Amino acid sequence: MTQLALVIDLNVCVGCHACVTSCKEWNTSGSAGALSDDNPYGKDPTGTFFNRVQTYEVGQFPKTETVHFPKSCLHCEDPPCVPVCPTGASYKRKEDGIVLVDYDKCIGCRYCSWACPYGAREIDEHQKVMKKCTLCVDRLYDENLPEEERKPACVMACPTSARIYGDVHDPDSEVSVAIREQGGYQLMPEWGTKPSNHYLPRRKNHVSYKRDELERVDNPLKKEDYQVDASEPSLDDVTSW
Amino acid sequence: MQPAFSVIFLTTLIGMGQGLFLALYTGQVYFVLNVVDKTSTDIFYSIGSAVSLALLVLGLVASIFHLGRPERAWRAASMWRTSWLSREVIVLPTVMGLIFLYGLVHFMGWNLTVMTIGAVVIDLSLLIGLLATIAVFSLFIATGMIYACLKFLQEWHSPLTVINYILLGSVSGFTLATLIAAYKQPELIPFFAGWSIVLLILAFIFRGASLIRNKRLRPKSTVQTAIGIRHNQIKQKSMGFMGGSVNTRDFFHGKTAFFLRSIKTIFIIMVFAIPLTMLIMALIKPSVVVLAIATASMYVGLLAERWYFFAEGNHPQNIYYQAIA
Repeated sequence: MTQLALVIDLNVCVGCHACVTSCKEWNTSGSAGALSDDNPYGKDPTGTFFNRVQTYEVGQFPKTETVHFPKSCLHCEDPPCVPVCPTGASYKRKEDGIVLVDYDKCIGCRYCSWACPYGAREIDEHQKVMKKCTLCVDRLYDENLPEEERKPACVMACPTSARIYGDVHDPDSEVSVAIREQGGYQLMPEWGTKPSNHYLPRRKNHVSYKRDELERVDNPLKKEDYQVDASEPSLDDVTSW
Repeated sequence: MQPAFSVIFLTTLIGMGQGLFLALYTGQVYFVLNVVDKTSTDIFYSIGSAVSLALLVLGLVASIFHLGRPERAWRAASMWRTSWLSREVIVLPTVMGLIFLYGLVHFMGWNLTVMTIGAVVIDLSLLIGLLATIAVFSLFIATGMIYACLKFLQEWHSPLTVINYILLGSVSGFTLATLIAAYKQPELIPFFAGWSIVLLILAFIFRGASLIRNKRLRPKSTVQTAIGIRHNQIKQKSMGFMGGSVNTRDFFHGKTAFFLRSIKTIFIIMVFAIPLTMLIMALIKPSVVVLAIATASMYVGLLAERWYFFAEGNHPQNIYYQAIA
Protein backbone atom coordinates (compact mmCIF):
# COMPACT_ATOMS: atom_id res chain seq x y z
CA MET A 1 0.00 0.00 0.00
CA THR A 2 1.21 3.44 -0.90
CA GLN A 3 -0.16 6.63 0.60
CA LEU A 4 1.42 9.71 -0.90
CA ALA A 5 1.21 12.76 1.30
CA LEU A 6 2.86 15.95 2.44
CA VAL A 7 4.54 16.63 5.75
CA ILE A 8 4.56 20.32 6.60
CA ASP A 9 7.14 21.58 9.03
CA LEU A 10 5.67 24.49 11.00
CA ASN A 11 9.11 25.01 12.51
CA VAL A 12 10.53 26.19 9.20
CA CYS A 13 7.56 27.67 7.35
CA VAL A 14 8.13 31.42 7.05
CA GLY A 15 4.71 32.19 5.55
CA CYS A 16 6.00 33.43 2.18
CA HIS A 17 3.03 32.02 0.19
CA ALA A 18 5.38 30.67 -2.50
CA CYS A 19 3.57 27.30 -2.28
CA VAL A 20 0.23 29.10 -2.78
CA THR A 21 1.28 30.92 -5.95
CA SER A 22 3.19 27.96 -7.31
CA CYS A 23 0.16 25.69 -6.73
CA LYS A 24 -2.18 28.16 -8.40
CA GLU A 25 0.19 28.63 -11.34
CA TRP A 26 0.59 24.91 -11.98
CA ASN A 27 -3.03 23.98 -11.49
CA THR A 28 -4.48 26.84 -13.49
CA SER A 29 -2.39 25.81 -16.50
CA GLY A 30 -3.30 22.14 -16.52
CA SER A 31 -5.44 20.05 -18.84
CA ALA A 32 -8.43 20.42 -16.49
CA GLY A 33 -8.71 24.09 -17.42
CA ALA A 34 -8.17 27.27 -15.50
CA LEU A 35 -8.87 27.72 -11.82
CA SER A 36 -11.42 30.51 -11.69
CA ASP A 37 -10.45 34.02 -10.69
CA ASP A 38 -12.98 36.82 -10.59
CA ASN A 39 -12.03 40.47 -10.19
CA PRO A 40 -8.42 39.58 -9.43
CA TYR A 41 -7.47 43.27 -9.43
CA GLY A 42 -10.87 44.77 -8.65
CA LYS A 43 -13.17 45.04 -5.69
CA ASP A 44 -14.00 41.77 -3.90
CA PRO A 45 -11.56 39.47 -5.67
CA THR A 46 -12.42 35.78 -5.41
CA GLY A 47 -11.12 32.57 -6.86
CA THR A 48 -10.42 28.89 -6.45
CA PHE A 49 -7.27 27.89 -4.61
CA PHE A 50 -6.06 24.47 -3.52
CA ASN A 51 -3.60 25.71 -0.96
CA ARG A 52 -3.51 28.61 1.46
CA VAL A 53 -1.07 29.83 4.07
CA GLN A 54 -2.71 31.12 7.21
CA THR A 55 -1.17 32.92 10.14
CA TYR A 56 -1.90 32.44 13.80
CA GLU A 57 -0.67 34.20 16.90
CA VAL A 58 -0.06 31.89 19.82
CA GLY A 59 0.12 33.35 23.33
CA GLN A 60 -0.28 36.86 24.63
CA PHE A 61 2.08 39.77 24.13
CA PRO A 62 4.97 39.85 24.86
CA LYS A 63 5.10 36.06 25.03
CA THR A 64 3.78 35.42 21.55
CA GLU A 65 4.79 33.29 18.65
CA THR A 66 3.66 33.66 15.06
CA VAL A 67 2.80 30.40 13.38
CA HIS A 68 2.37 30.21 9.64
CA PHE A 69 0.09 27.36 8.75
CA PRO A 70 -0.23 26.07 5.18
CA LYS A 71 -3.50 24.24 4.57
CA SER A 72 -4.53 22.08 1.64
CA CYS A 73 -6.37 18.78 1.16
CA LEU A 74 -5.00 16.28 3.66
CA HIS A 75 -5.75 13.22 1.49
CA CYS A 76 -7.35 11.44 4.44
CA GLU A 77 -7.00 7.69 4.71
CA ASP A 78 -10.69 7.59 5.64
CA PRO A 79 -11.97 10.57 3.65
CA PRO A 80 -15.50 11.62 4.73
CA CYS A 81 -15.95 13.48 1.44
CA VAL A 82 -15.77 10.35 -0.74
CA PRO A 83 -18.67 8.12 0.42
CA VAL A 84 -21.17 11.01 0.37
CA CYS A 85 -20.61 11.77 -3.31
CA PRO A 86 -23.75 10.64 -5.19
CA THR A 87 -22.05 10.24 -8.56
CA GLY A 88 -18.74 8.63 -7.65
CA ALA A 89 -16.90 11.70 -8.98
CA SER A 90 -15.00 11.91 -5.67
CA TYR A 91 -12.75 8.95 -5.21
CA LYS A 92 -9.60 7.81 -3.46
CA ARG A 93 -7.03 6.17 -5.69
CA LYS A 94 -6.15 2.66 -4.59
CA GLU A 95 -2.63 2.78 -5.99
CA ASP A 96 -1.35 5.88 -4.18
CA GLY A 97 -4.12 7.07 -1.85
CA ILE A 98 -4.63 10.44 -3.56
CA VAL A 99 -8.19 11.79 -3.18
CA LEU A 100 -9.37 13.17 -6.51
CA VAL A 101 -12.47 14.56 -8.21
CA ASP A 102 -13.44 13.41 -11.69
CA TYR A 103 -14.43 16.78 -13.18
CA ASP A 104 -16.42 15.04 -15.93
CA LYS A 105 -18.68 13.23 -13.45
CA CYS A 106 -19.14 15.95 -10.81
CA ILE A 107 -22.63 17.50 -10.75
CA GLY A 108 -21.56 20.40 -8.51
CA CYS A 109 -23.93 19.60 -5.64
CA ARG A 110 -21.37 20.72 -3.02
CA TYR A 111 -22.26 17.87 -0.67
CA CYS A 112 -18.61 16.74 -0.46
CA SER A 113 -17.52 20.22 0.62
CA TRP A 114 -20.06 20.03 3.45
CA ALA A 115 -18.63 16.65 4.37
CA CYS A 116 -15.02 17.87 4.70
CA PRO A 117 -14.29 19.25 8.18
CA TYR A 118 -11.16 21.01 6.92
CA GLY A 119 -12.73 23.14 4.19
CA ALA A 120 -10.31 21.68 1.67
CA ARG A 121 -12.73 21.64 -1.25
CA GLU A 122 -13.65 24.68 -3.31
CA ILE A 123 -16.21 24.79 -6.07
CA ASP A 124 -15.09 26.30 -9.36
CA GLU A 125 -17.71 29.00 -9.93
CA HIS A 126 -17.23 28.91 -13.70
CA GLN A 127 -16.83 25.20 -14.47
CA LYS A 128 -19.44 24.50 -11.76
CA VAL A 129 -17.58 21.46 -10.48
CA MET A 130 -15.87 20.76 -7.17
CA LYS A 131 -12.11 21.11 -7.16
CA LYS A 132 -9.41 20.34 -4.67
CA CYS A 133 -5.70 19.68 -4.26
CA THR A 134 -4.65 16.83 -6.54
CA LEU A 135 -1.21 16.49 -4.94
CA CYS A 136 -0.13 17.48 -8.48
CA VAL A 137 -0.96 14.00 -9.70
CA ASP A 138 -0.20 15.34 -13.19
CA ARG A 139 3.45 15.91 -12.17
CA LEU A 140 4.10 12.82 -10.09
CA TYR A 141 4.00 10.32 -12.94
CA ASP A 142 4.97 12.55 -15.86
CA GLU A 143 7.97 10.94 -17.51
CA ASN A 144 8.63 14.09 -19.53
CA LEU A 145 9.67 15.79 -16.33
CA PRO A 146 13.14 15.17 -14.89
CA GLU A 147 12.99 12.67 -12.03
CA GLU A 148 13.68 15.28 -9.32
CA GLU A 149 10.77 17.42 -10.52
CA ARG A 150 8.17 14.65 -10.21
CA LYS A 151 6.72 16.09 -7.03
CA PRO A 152 4.00 18.60 -6.15
CA ALA A 153 4.49 22.19 -7.32
CA CYS A 154 4.22 23.49 -3.74
CA VAL A 155 7.08 21.24 -2.61
CA MET A 156 9.22 22.42 -5.52
CA ALA A 157 8.52 26.06 -4.63
CA CYS A 158 9.12 26.00 -0.88
CA PRO A 159 12.35 27.97 -0.23
CA THR A 160 12.80 26.63 3.30
CA SER A 161 11.99 22.98 2.60
CA ALA A 162 9.05 23.18 4.97
CA ARG A 163 7.13 20.81 2.73
CA ILE A 164 8.28 17.22 2.43
CA TYR A 165 6.60 14.84 0.03
CA GLY A 166 6.59 11.06 0.08
CA ASP A 167 4.88 7.80 0.99
CA VAL A 168 3.68 7.85 4.60
CA HIS A 169 3.08 4.09 4.50
CA ASP A 170 6.73 3.32 3.80
CA PRO A 171 8.35 3.30 7.25
CA ASP A 172 11.75 4.30 5.86
CA SER A 173 10.61 7.20 3.67
CA GLU A 174 11.74 10.72 4.51
CA VAL A 175 8.20 11.69 5.48
CA SER A 176 7.69 8.68 7.78
CA VAL A 177 11.00 9.28 9.52
CA ALA A 178 10.14 12.95 9.96
CA ILE A 179 6.71 12.14 11.40
CA ARG A 180 8.17 9.54 13.74
CA GLU A 181 11.22 11.41 14.94
CA GLN A 182 9.99 14.99 14.96
CA GLY A 183 6.54 14.58 16.46
CA GLY A 184 4.40 14.71 13.32
CA TYR A 185 0.69 15.07 14.04
CA GLN A 186 -2.67 15.15 12.25
CA LEU A 187 -5.32 17.89 12.16
CA MET A 188 -8.68 17.43 13.94
CA PRO A 189 -8.00 13.84 15.01
CA GLU A 190 -11.41 13.88 16.77
CA TRP A 191 -13.28 13.03 13.56
CA GLY A 192 -11.39 9.84 12.73
CA THR A 193 -10.59 10.95 9.19
CA LYS A 194 -6.96 9.83 9.54
CA PRO A 195 -5.39 12.61 7.46
CA SER A 196 -2.36 11.46 5.47
CA ASN A 197 -0.76 14.89 5.53
CA HIS A 198 1.03 15.51 8.79
CA TYR A 199 2.39 18.61 10.47
CA LEU A 200 5.65 18.89 12.34
CA PRO A 201 5.32 21.08 15.45
CA ARG A 202 7.29 24.19 16.33
CA ARG A 203 10.25 23.02 18.41
CA LYS A 204 13.20 24.62 20.17
CA ASN A 205 16.39 22.94 21.20
CA HIS A 206 17.17 23.30 24.86
CA VAL A 207 20.38 21.96 26.40
CA SER A 208 20.37 21.66 30.15
CA TYR A 209 23.64 21.59 32.07
CA LYS A 210 24.26 20.83 35.68
CA ARG A 211 26.84 22.82 37.64
CA ASP A 212 29.25 19.88 37.88
CA GLU A 213 29.10 19.47 34.15
CA LEU A 214 30.49 22.98 33.68
CA GLU A 215 33.48 22.43 35.93
CA ARG A 216 35.88 19.65 35.25
CA VAL A 217 36.15 17.48 38.30
CA ASP A 218 39.72 16.53 37.32
CA ASN A 219 40.79 20.05 36.44
CA PRO A 220 44.58 20.03 37.07
CA LEU A 221 44.44 23.63 38.31
CA LYS A 222 42.59 22.37 41.38
CA LYS A 223 45.73 20.53 42.50
CA GLU A 224 47.54 23.85 42.61
CA ASP A 225 44.67 25.44 44.54
CA TYR A 226 44.27 27.93 41.69
CA GLN A 227 40.88 29.67 41.70
CA VAL A 228 39.53 31.07 38.45
CA ASP A 229 38.01 34.47 39.03
CA ALA A 230 34.90 34.49 36.85
CA SER A 231 34.60 38.28 37.01
CA GLU A 232 37.94 38.78 35.23
CA PRO A 233 38.02 38.37 31.44
CA SER A 234 39.59 35.14 30.40
CA LEU A 235 42.16 34.74 27.70
CA ASP A 236 39.37 33.75 25.29
CA ASP A 237 37.58 37.03 25.88
CA VAL A 238 40.50 39.24 24.96
CA THR A 239 42.35 37.30 22.38
CA SER A 240 41.48 36.48 18.88
CA TRP A 241 43.36 33.27 18.20
CA MET B 1 -23.90 26.89 7.16
CA GLN B 2 -25.19 29.24 4.48
CA PRO B 3 -28.76 28.10 3.84
CA ALA B 4 -29.36 27.39 0.15
CA PHE B 5 -32.87 28.32 -0.94
CA SER B 6 -32.98 25.54 -3.51
CA VAL B 7 -32.53 22.98 -0.71
CA ILE B 8 -34.96 24.80 1.60
CA PHE B 9 -37.67 24.63 -1.09
CA LEU B 10 -36.78 21.06 -2.01
CA THR B 11 -37.04 19.69 1.53
CA THR B 12 -40.17 21.64 2.51
CA LEU B 13 -42.05 20.95 -0.74
CA ILE B 14 -41.35 17.24 -0.93
CA GLY B 15 -41.95 16.96 2.83
CA MET B 16 -45.42 18.46 2.40
CA GLY B 17 -46.11 16.27 -0.65
CA GLN B 18 -45.06 13.13 1.21
CA GLY B 19 -47.10 14.14 4.26
CA LEU B 20 -50.15 14.77 2.09
CA PHE B 21 -49.89 11.30 0.61
CA LEU B 22 -49.51 9.78 4.09
CA ALA B 23 -52.66 11.66 5.14
CA LEU B 24 -54.63 10.33 2.15
CA TYR B 25 -53.48 6.79 2.74
CA THR B 26 -54.05 6.93 6.50
CA GLY B 27 -57.57 8.10 5.73
CA GLN B 28 -58.17 5.30 3.24
CA VAL B 29 -56.88 2.62 5.61
CA TYR B 30 -59.15 3.94 8.37
CA PHE B 31 -62.17 3.90 6.12
CA VAL B 32 -61.44 0.42 4.82
CA LEU B 33 -61.03 -0.90 8.33
CA ASN B 34 -64.22 0.97 9.27
CA VAL B 35 -62.46 2.63 12.15
CA VAL B 36 -64.19 5.80 11.13
CA ASP B 37 -67.58 5.63 9.59
CA LYS B 38 -67.04 7.65 6.43
CA THR B 39 -67.44 6.72 2.85
CA SER B 40 -64.52 7.57 0.66
CA THR B 41 -64.75 9.01 -2.77
CA ASP B 42 -62.17 8.40 -5.43
CA ILE B 43 -62.16 12.03 -6.57
CA PHE B 44 -60.87 13.22 -3.18
CA TYR B 45 -57.95 10.80 -3.38
CA SER B 46 -57.13 11.63 -6.97
CA ILE B 47 -57.12 15.38 -6.28
CA GLY B 48 -55.00 14.78 -3.19
CA SER B 49 -52.55 12.61 -5.13
CA ALA B 50 -52.32 15.21 -7.88
CA VAL B 51 -51.50 17.95 -5.37
CA SER B 52 -48.98 15.69 -3.64
CA LEU B 53 -47.35 14.87 -6.98
CA ALA B 54 -47.28 18.56 -7.94
CA LEU B 55 -45.46 19.38 -4.68
CA LEU B 56 -42.89 16.63 -5.30
CA VAL B 57 -42.31 17.86 -8.86
CA LEU B 58 -41.88 21.44 -7.61
CA GLY B 59 -39.38 20.16 -5.05
CA LEU B 60 -37.47 18.33 -7.74
CA VAL B 61 -37.40 21.48 -9.88
CA ALA B 62 -36.09 23.48 -6.90
CA SER B 63 -33.34 20.92 -6.35
CA ILE B 64 -32.09 21.38 -9.91
CA PHE B 65 -31.12 24.96 -9.04
CA HIS B 66 -28.78 23.57 -6.41
CA LEU B 67 -26.71 21.70 -8.97
CA GLY B 68 -23.83 23.25 -10.85
CA ARG B 69 -24.22 20.71 -13.66
CA PRO B 70 -27.88 19.60 -13.72
CA GLU B 71 -27.41 17.91 -17.10
CA ARG B 72 -25.36 15.25 -15.32
CA ALA B 73 -27.91 14.72 -12.54
CA TRP B 74 -28.69 11.19 -13.74
CA ARG B 75 -25.23 10.16 -12.54
CA ALA B 76 -26.34 10.84 -8.98
CA ALA B 77 -28.17 7.51 -8.85
CA SER B 78 -24.95 5.52 -9.06
CA MET B 79 -23.49 5.60 -5.54
CA TRP B 80 -26.51 4.37 -3.57
CA ARG B 81 -24.32 1.96 -1.63
CA THR B 82 -22.58 4.75 0.27
CA SER B 83 -24.37 8.04 -0.32
CA TRP B 84 -27.68 9.07 1.24
CA LEU B 85 -27.97 11.76 -1.42
CA SER B 86 -27.79 9.09 -4.09
CA ARG B 87 -30.44 7.08 -2.26
CA GLU B 88 -32.69 10.14 -2.16
CA VAL B 89 -32.18 10.61 -5.89
CA ILE B 90 -33.42 7.04 -6.47
CA VAL B 91 -36.30 7.05 -3.99
CA LEU B 92 -37.77 10.44 -5.03
CA PRO B 93 -38.84 9.33 -8.55
CA THR B 94 -40.04 6.02 -7.07
CA VAL B 95 -42.30 7.91 -4.67
CA MET B 96 -43.55 10.11 -7.50
CA GLY B 97 -44.30 7.09 -9.68
CA LEU B 98 -46.17 5.24 -6.95
CA ILE B 99 -48.21 8.28 -5.94
CA PHE B 100 -49.04 8.83 -9.62
CA LEU B 101 -50.26 5.21 -9.85
CA TYR B 102 -52.19 5.57 -6.60
CA GLY B 103 -53.94 8.69 -7.90
CA LEU B 104 -54.55 7.08 -11.29
CA VAL B 105 -56.16 3.98 -9.80
CA HIS B 106 -58.52 6.18 -7.80
CA PHE B 107 -59.18 8.53 -10.73
CA MET B 108 -60.06 5.69 -13.09
CA GLY B 109 -62.02 3.93 -10.38
CA TRP B 110 -60.17 0.65 -10.81
CA ASN B 111 -61.46 -0.99 -7.68
CA LEU B 112 -59.84 -4.35 -8.32
CA THR B 113 -60.14 -6.55 -5.29
CA VAL B 114 -56.82 -8.15 -4.59
CA MET B 115 -57.93 -10.14 -1.59
CA THR B 116 -60.42 -10.13 1.23
CA ILE B 117 -59.57 -10.71 4.85
CA GLY B 118 -62.83 -11.40 6.63
CA ALA B 119 -65.07 -8.47 5.82
CA VAL B 120 -62.14 -6.23 4.84
CA VAL B 121 -61.69 -5.77 1.11
CA ILE B 122 -58.17 -5.00 0.05
CA ASP B 123 -58.20 -3.40 -3.37
CA LEU B 124 -55.45 -2.41 -5.78
CA SER B 125 -55.15 1.20 -4.55
CA LEU B 126 -54.61 0.00 -1.00
CA LEU B 127 -51.75 -2.22 -2.13
CA ILE B 128 -50.10 0.50 -4.24
CA GLY B 129 -50.61 2.86 -1.33
CA LEU B 130 -48.75 0.49 0.97
CA LEU B 131 -45.77 0.42 -1.40
CA ALA B 132 -45.91 4.21 -1.72
CA THR B 133 -46.01 4.58 2.07
CA ILE B 134 -42.85 2.48 2.39
CA ALA B 135 -41.23 4.61 -0.31
CA VAL B 136 -42.37 7.84 1.37
CA PHE B 137 -40.79 6.82 4.68
CA SER B 138 -37.61 5.76 2.87
CA LEU B 139 -37.52 9.19 1.26
CA PHE B 140 -37.97 10.93 4.62
CA ILE B 141 -35.14 8.86 6.06
CA ALA B 142 -32.86 9.49 3.08
CA THR B 143 -33.50 13.25 3.20
CA GLY B 144 -32.89 13.41 6.94
CA MET B 145 -29.83 11.18 6.82
CA ILE B 146 -28.17 13.41 4.20
CA TYR B 147 -27.72 15.87 7.04
CA ALA B 148 -27.69 13.53 10.03
CA CYS B 149 -24.81 11.45 8.66
CA LEU B 150 -22.33 14.35 8.72
CA LYS B 151 -20.83 13.70 12.11
CA PHE B 152 -18.87 16.90 12.52
CA LEU B 153 -21.97 19.00 11.87
CA GLN B 154 -22.95 18.26 15.45
CA GLU B 155 -26.25 20.17 15.27
CA TRP B 156 -27.43 17.79 12.52
CA HIS B 157 -25.76 14.59 13.65
CA SER B 158 -28.68 13.23 15.65
CA PRO B 159 -31.70 10.94 15.16
CA LEU B 160 -33.79 14.04 15.93
CA THR B 161 -32.92 15.38 12.47
CA VAL B 162 -34.57 12.41 10.76
CA ILE B 163 -37.52 12.39 13.19
CA ASN B 164 -38.12 16.09 12.58
CA TYR B 165 -38.04 15.69 8.81
CA ILE B 166 -40.68 12.95 9.15
CA LEU B 167 -42.86 14.82 11.64
CA LEU B 168 -42.67 18.28 10.06
CA GLY B 169 -43.28 16.87 6.59
CA SER B 170 -46.21 14.82 7.86
CA VAL B 171 -47.85 17.60 9.81
CA SER B 172 -47.67 20.01 6.87
CA GLY B 173 -49.16 17.33 4.60
CA PHE B 174 -51.95 16.47 7.04
CA THR B 175 -52.82 20.16 7.39
CA LEU B 176 -52.95 20.48 3.61
CA ALA B 177 -55.15 17.33 3.50
CA THR B 178 -57.51 19.03 5.95
CA LEU B 179 -57.69 22.01 3.60
CA ILE B 180 -58.41 19.78 0.59
CA ALA B 181 -61.02 17.94 2.65
CA ALA B 182 -62.66 21.29 3.43
CA TYR B 183 -63.08 21.80 -0.32
CA LYS B 184 -64.15 18.32 -1.33
CA GLN B 185 -65.19 16.23 1.67
CA PRO B 186 -66.10 18.48 4.62
CA GLU B 187 -67.12 15.44 6.67
CA LEU B 188 -63.44 14.35 6.74
CA ILE B 189 -62.25 17.58 8.39
CA PRO B 190 -62.44 16.25 11.97
CA PHE B 191 -60.40 13.17 11.02
CA PHE B 192 -57.58 15.05 9.28
CA ALA B 193 -57.64 18.03 11.65
CA GLY B 194 -57.47 15.68 14.62
CA TRP B 195 -54.45 13.88 13.25
CA SER B 196 -52.85 17.19 12.26
CA ILE B 197 -53.13 18.38 15.86
CA VAL B 198 -51.61 15.15 17.21
CA LEU B 199 -48.71 15.38 14.73
CA LEU B 200 -48.30 19.09 15.43
CA ILE B 201 -47.86 18.41 19.13
CA LEU B 202 -45.39 15.59 18.43
CA ALA B 203 -43.46 17.75 15.98
CA PHE B 204 -43.33 20.56 18.55
CA ILE B 205 -41.92 18.19 21.18
CA PHE B 206 -39.24 16.77 18.89
CA ARG B 207 -38.29 20.06 17.19
CA GLY B 208 -38.12 21.62 20.64
CA ALA B 209 -35.92 18.76 21.81
CA SER B 210 -33.53 19.37 18.95
CA LEU B 211 -33.42 23.13 19.70
CA ILE B 212 -32.60 22.37 23.35
CA ARG B 213 -30.00 19.76 22.36
CA ASN B 214 -28.29 22.11 19.93
CA LYS B 215 -28.20 24.92 22.47
CA ARG B 216 -26.30 22.69 24.88
CA LEU B 217 -23.78 21.38 22.32
CA ARG B 218 -20.10 22.05 22.84
CA PRO B 219 -18.05 22.00 19.64
CA LYS B 220 -15.59 19.11 19.53
CA SER B 221 -13.25 20.94 17.19
CA THR B 222 -11.39 23.98 18.44
CA VAL B 223 -8.65 26.12 16.98
CA GLN B 224 -6.27 23.95 19.03
CA THR B 225 -7.29 20.71 17.31
CA ALA B 226 -7.64 22.51 13.97
CA ILE B 227 -3.99 23.55 13.81
CA GLY B 228 -2.66 21.12 16.40
CA ILE B 229 -1.04 23.59 18.78
CA ARG B 230 -1.57 23.15 22.48
CA HIS B 231 -2.01 26.63 23.89
CA ASN B 232 -5.03 28.27 25.42
CA GLN B 233 -4.57 31.52 23.57
CA ILE B 234 -4.50 31.18 19.81
CA LYS B 235 -5.77 33.92 17.53
CA GLN B 236 -5.96 33.79 13.78
CA LYS B 237 -4.21 36.80 12.27
CA SER B 238 -4.77 35.96 8.62
CA MET B 239 -6.83 33.38 6.74
CA GLY B 240 -4.38 33.71 3.88
CA PHE B 241 -6.33 36.00 1.58
CA MET B 242 -8.18 39.29 1.73
CA GLY B 243 -10.92 38.63 -0.81
CA GLY B 244 -13.68 36.09 -0.35
CA SER B 245 -13.74 32.45 -1.32
CA VAL B 246 -16.14 29.53 -1.25
CA ASN B 247 -14.92 28.87 2.27
CA THR B 248 -16.07 32.26 3.50
CA ARG B 249 -19.38 32.22 1.59
CA ASP B 250 -20.78 28.68 1.76
CA PHE B 251 -20.31 27.78 5.38
CA PHE B 252 -21.64 30.72 7.35
CA HIS B 253 -25.03 32.43 7.22
CA GLY B 254 -23.50 35.87 7.77
CA LYS B 255 -26.39 37.04 9.94
CA THR B 256 -26.43 38.34 13.50
CA ALA B 257 -27.40 36.23 16.49
CA PHE B 258 -30.45 38.47 16.88
CA PHE B 259 -31.55 37.68 13.32
CA LEU B 260 -31.23 33.96 14.05
CA ARG B 261 -33.27 34.24 17.24
CA SER B 262 -35.96 36.17 15.35
CA ILE B 263 -36.20 33.44 12.71
CA LYS B 264 -36.52 30.86 15.48
CA THR B 265 -39.38 32.77 17.12
CA ILE B 266 -41.06 33.30 13.75
CA PHE B 267 -40.98 29.63 12.85
CA ILE B 268 -42.24 28.52 16.26
CA ILE B 269 -45.22 30.88 15.90
CA MET B 270 -45.92 30.14 12.24
CA VAL B 271 -45.39 26.36 12.25
CA PHE B 272 -46.89 25.54 15.61
CA ALA B 273 -48.91 28.32 17.29
CA ILE B 274 -50.96 29.70 14.36
CA PRO B 275 -51.80 26.34 12.70
CA LEU B 276 -52.73 24.81 16.08
CA THR B 277 -55.16 27.66 16.78
CA MET B 278 -56.59 27.47 13.26
CA LEU B 279 -56.98 23.67 13.34
CA ILE B 280 -58.85 23.85 16.65
CA MET B 281 -61.06 26.58 15.17
CA ALA B 282 -61.69 24.37 12.12
CA LEU B 283 -62.70 21.51 14.40
CA ILE B 284 -65.25 23.74 16.10
CA LYS B 285 -66.51 25.41 12.93
CA PRO B 286 -65.19 24.06 9.60
CA SER B 287 -64.01 26.83 7.32
CA VAL B 288 -61.88 26.84 4.16
CA VAL B 289 -60.40 30.25 4.97
CA VAL B 290 -59.25 29.20 8.42
CA LEU B 291 -57.61 26.04 7.06
CA ALA B 292 -56.03 27.96 4.20
CA ILE B 293 -54.46 30.29 6.78
CA ALA B 294 -53.26 27.25 8.76
CA THR B 295 -51.64 25.68 5.68
CA ALA B 296 -50.09 28.89 4.37
CA SER B 297 -48.73 29.83 7.78
CA MET B 298 -47.30 26.36 8.24
CA TYR B 299 -45.57 26.33 4.86
CA VAL B 300 -44.04 29.79 5.24
CA GLY B 301 -43.09 28.85 8.79
CA LEU B 302 -41.42 25.69 7.53
CA LEU B 303 -39.33 27.78 5.11
CA ALA B 304 -38.12 29.74 8.16
CA GLU B 305 -37.64 26.49 10.12
CA ARG B 306 -35.51 24.98 7.36
CA TRP B 307 -33.50 28.19 6.99
CA TYR B 308 -32.83 28.07 10.71
CA PHE B 309 -31.93 24.37 10.57
CA PHE B 310 -29.24 25.04 7.96
CA ALA B 311 -27.99 28.26 9.54
CA GLU B 312 -27.68 26.53 12.91
CA GLY B 313 -25.24 23.94 11.52
CA ASN B 314 -21.83 25.06 12.68
CA HIS B 315 -19.21 23.75 10.27
CA PRO B 316 -15.76 23.18 11.82
CA GLN B 317 -14.05 24.56 8.70
CA ASN B 318 -15.14 28.03 9.86
CA ILE B 319 -12.42 27.81 12.53
CA TYR B 320 -9.90 28.30 9.72
CA TYR B 321 -11.63 31.46 8.44
CA GLN B 322 -11.89 33.87 11.35
CA ALA B 323 -9.65 36.81 10.44
CA ILE B 324 -9.08 38.46 7.08
CA ALA B 325 -5.72 40.03 7.83
